Parts: sequence; structure tokens; C-alpha cells
Amino acid sequence: MMNNLPRVRALRSNKSEVPTRIWTRLFAVLAILSAAWGLALAPQAFAQLRIDVTEGNVDPMPIAIPDFKGPDGAVSKIGADIARVVRADLARSGLFKAIDPKAFLDVRAGVDSEPVFADWRAISAQALVLGKVEVAANNRLTAEFYLWDIVAGKLVNLVESSAQEGLSIGTPSSENWRKIAHNIADTVYARITGDKGYFDTRIVLVSESGPRTQIRKRLTIMDQDGANPSPLPVPGDLVLTPRFSPSGQQITYLSLSGGKPRVYLLNIETGRQEILGNFKMSYAPRFSPDGRLLVMSVDHDGNSEIHLFNLQTRENTRITNDPGIDTSPSFSPDGKRIVFNSDRSGSSQLFVMEADGSAIERISSGDGRYSTPVWSPRGDLVAFTKQLNGRFYIGVMSPDGKDERLLTEGYLVEGPDWAPNGRVIIFFREDGPGAGPKLWSIDLRGRNLQIVPTGGNSSDPNWSPLP
Amino acid sequence: MRLHFRLAVLAAAAALAAACQSTPEPVAAPAPPPAPPPVVAAPPAPPPAPVVVERTGPLPGSVQDFAINVGDRVYFGYDQYDLTTEARDTLRRQASWLNAYPGTRVRVAGNCDERGTRDYNLALGARRAQAAKDFLVSLGVSGDRVETVSYGKERAIDPRSNAEGWAVNRNSHTEITSGAAIG
Repeated sequence: MMNNLPRVRALRSNKSEVPTRIWTRLFAVLAILSAAWGLALAPQAFAQLRIDVTEGNVDPMPIAIPDFKGPDGAVSKIGADIARVVRADLARSGLFKAIDPKAFLDVRAGVDSEPVFADWRAISAQALVLGKVEVAANNRLTAEFYLWDIVAGKLVNLVESSAQEGLSIGTPSSENWRKIAHNIADTVYARITGDKGYFDTRIVLVSESGPRTQIRKRLTIMDQDGANPSPLPVPGDLVLTPRFSPSGQQITYLSLSGGKPRVYLLNIETGRQEILGNFKMSYAPRFSPDGRLLVMSVDHDGNSEIHLFNLQTRENTRITNDPGIDTSPSFSPDGKRIVFNSDRSGSSQLFVMEADGSAIERISSGDGRYSTPVWSPRGDLVAFTKQLNGRFYIGVMSPDGKDERLLTEGYLVEGPDWAPNGRVIIFFREDGPGAGPKLWSIDLRGRNLQIVPTGGNSSDPNWSPLP
Repeated sequence: MRLHFRLAVLAAAAALAAACQSTPEPVAAPAPPPAPPPVVAAPPAPPPAPVVVERTGPLPGSVQDFAINVGDRVYFGYDQYDLTTEARDTLRRQASWLNAYPGTRVRVAGNCDERGTRDYNLALGARRAQAAKDFLVSLGVSGDRVETVSYGKERAIDPRSNAEGWAVNRNSHTEITSGAAIG
């Protein structure tokens, strides 16, 4: 499954290019590499074409993305599919408005000449992505694209993204062209917002089926936009709370298989799975940021405590010791601290401790009951579920408990998790009694509430890291 | 109730002896016992046939006996795990039964309604199961015979998403895992 990943590679030489264009190309390649390696971009270079995702009230930037052109009908079809997915990705972020291609005036625009800026300004486009697709003799799919700043009337970027061998043109359902499209969307998002994109990622979730009293819960993995859903071959009819490892290669989850709740580990590539440790009942697993530990709850005769499980030594260490419920632990991205919920002070509240269990401090202070805290990958916030007066809320607060903000509420909203850039939260929501849960996403401003397409009742979403 | 089963005991004795050696799968929620069929009068003609005894309820010592005549679930308040008076009464009957059938083993599973988050409810269910187990042990049931588990909010028995359904789904369920009579 992972053998055919596209890679950003050095651009091939093009003798017709003027030097400034070559410089721009190199810069673009550096930019995408920087994004991939987590280095900061240089936003001042694109001051005119910029969205600040932290601003409270931003109108989506109108962006035009015509179908990518191809040398023949079959390849042009892939080019159209790629452009459609780029449009969808950027629009779903809530930061862009993808202009309907039917409105385009400059219909001849392509990669070989400058666009007619006036035609794009006439339809209020601020940015324009032009691209083409080629399939080499070795069946390698290549997409090449330019990002134009329509307001300034200049070329911003050009990046080539390509797939390795293995794409069959006759099967555009292959994941390769989609991955290229997500890479392009990530590049545009990163260039304009200064944040990493999150489109070339996956989501693991629980698919629910059957009547409530005989419900079946199985794991499904899919692209972040809902494409390529695939069941994960995990036995048992009640499989819960899947979480990606930092490498994205493994998933830890809870299975009630055989009537015994236990934490399991699945290698996505090999399909190998194992039960972890000789625990009693164990649940609520998550990886440490370095992937070496799992943090989880273990039942001690009705008292849940938090344990660390070392995946190399198989050692498990109890790090809390309190008669209250201690569960839903989540590491800070630097691995130094753990946030969890506990009812040790009465109702369920959020607490932060050092990763060895010392220095426990309560951070939540508002009315209601707090649970399922998840530390942002940026480290700056903790997302949580809150219950108050019979309603459920998804909110965020600083790790010191300050600046609580409730982003959304409902009959049932639960189980937030973060996009890998820390700007979007995914969770599950049930709209009323018996309605069945669906996945939704919302941005940090509490805007852009969107259903995540899953094709059925779904819960417990977990967003993969960046590839 | 017990009078109803007096006649059944003889007929079931052999089956009971056999069942005590085996570890039957637990049976799903039993249906109410059927109405007793009318007694068929034996014909007066010689030779006299052996008396056919019709069983009129669950076999004593069986999973159904435990579920119907004892009560295999006790119920809890919202976000609570302390035992109500009713729950204690049911658990007293469970303890008597378990003490009467010392070859049986049970799994006590804690369950929660859907108005809590997943991990928290797993923890809360574990508390409920432990509260029930502790009470059984206090009444003389050996702790070795009582396994506990929590299913959190994952195993609703009432499909209703309202106060009545939630009250039913907040329970601990004592399931006979081995040693029961097959009936």
C-alpha cells in the first residue's frame, strides 16, 4: 500500500525557461522541502497572498484551479480529477473559496504562458493554480503546477510533484493521483497560510453497524477527505479508540474481544497485531511522541490508573496512584507532560502532570465535567469534551487551563483529535437520541463546521501524522 | 416459585450432574418461561406407564434459573457506583445462589449509559463491577470465582435514548461463565 508514494523530486531542466523562472522553481522546491521537514516558511515573501489562520474573522480567499491539462483524453481526465481534489481540499479548509470553473474566462490558461490577469481579476480570483499532468514511459505520473498571485500579477511558486512507478492510467481510482493532488493542496495551503498543510493524511475511525443493542464496531482507515476507505483487519466486533503511532505505521486500539478489554497494537503494513502486556483490563491507549511508549489506563480492582508501557522492554509502569478515575491520557508533543482526566476532586476534570506522574495540577476550572483531553501537536492547546446541563461541548484551553473556548456543542459531541498542523479538530457528533454518530471537523476559530464523509455511522476519529 | 420446580428436580438430576462437569457457553437473555402445559392424565390401562414429569421452569442451577429467579442485573444512578437497596437485595439473592452452587463461576460486567465519554465510562463501569463483586464477596462468595470487567457504554441492552433506557443501561451484569446446569 505504501510502495507507491509520490515524492517531490528535483525538477528536470527546461531549456526554454528564463533564469528568474528557474530561480522561482528552485525556491519552490526548497519551500516544499521545508514544509515537509517542518521548517518555517518565509511568509514575508508572499505578503500579498496570505491568510492568517489564527485571525478570528477571515473571508475565504477566492482561488481558481482549472483542470490540469494532459496530452490526451485519459491523462486529461486524471488532470481534471487532480484539480477537483485540490479544489475540494482547499475549500474544505474554510480558508479558500474554490471558484466554480464554469465562471472562468481565461479558458486557455495553461502552464506554458502567463495567464490573462484581467480575466481572473474579473471573477475576483486572488490566486490561480495552473497545472499539467504527464505520464512517462515508465508509467510514472507527473503533475507540474504554478501558483499565481493574481492581485500582484506575478508567479508565486512552481513545484513538481510526481509518483513512482505503479500507476495505471486506466484505473484513476488508484491512490497515486489523489496523493499528488493532496500534495499540491498542501503546497498551496502552506505557501499562503505559512502553516503546514494536512491534506496528504489519513484518518482511522470506528465504523458502527447494527442495532444499538447488538452494535458492531470495526476499524476503518481512509484519506482525510473520506476517499479510499478500507477496513482494517482487526478481529472482534467491539474495537474502539484507534490511535496512530507517530510514524503512522502502527495503530494502537482497544478491543473488547472475548469479553476482555485489552490494548492491542497493529502494524498497518504487515497486518501483524498483538495484545500488549499481561494486563488486567487496559484501555484508552495513546503513543508517546517518540513512539517508544504507550500511555493508557489500567484497571486495579475498579480503580483506573495511568500506566506507561514501554514497547521495547515490555515494562509497564504505573504513574498515578489515586482512588479517583484517572483516564484518557495524552502526551504533550515534547513528551515531557501528560494531560488526563480524573474525578479525584469530585467531578471529572482535566489535570496535567510530568511524564513520570509527578507534579499533578488541575487545569480545568469552569462549570461542568471535562474529559478526553488531547494535547495539540503544536503544544499550545488542549482540546477536550465538556458536559454541562445535559449538553456536550468540544473546546480548547491552554495547557495551564487559561483561555477556555468552546468551539461547538450538541446532543452528543465527543472525542476531539487534532489535524497534524494543530489548526483543525475532528470529533464525532450525534444529533439526537438514536441518530447515530458521524464525524465532523471544525477549525480553531470555531468556524467551518463540516461533516467528514464516511458513508455510515462513525466515531473515535484519529488523524494520522504527516507522511 | 421454588414449588414449581420440585417435580423437575428428579428429571433434571442426571442432566445437572453432567452439566457440572462441563463449561457451557453462557446463554443469551432468556425468554419468560412458557406457561405450563396441561397435565396429561395417565390412561388407566395396564401396564402402568412411568410417570412423565413435565418441567415447568428453568432448571435449578442453570443460567436461566439465575437470570429469572435470582436476577442477574443490578442498576445504578447516573454517574454513580454505590449500591442501592434494590441492588443489595438482588446481590444477596445472587450470593445465596452462588453459595448453593459452588461449582459456578461468574463474570460481573459493569455497564454505563451513553451520556458520558468512552474512556470515562469504561472506568465507571469497572467501578460498578467491583462494587457488585465486593458485595458478593462480603456475603461469602469466594473472590476467585468472580471476575470483573467493564464494557463502558458499549453494550446497551435498552435501545432507547431516554431517561428510562439510560436507567436500564446503567447496570452490572452477573454472567455465569462456568459450572451452570444446562437446562
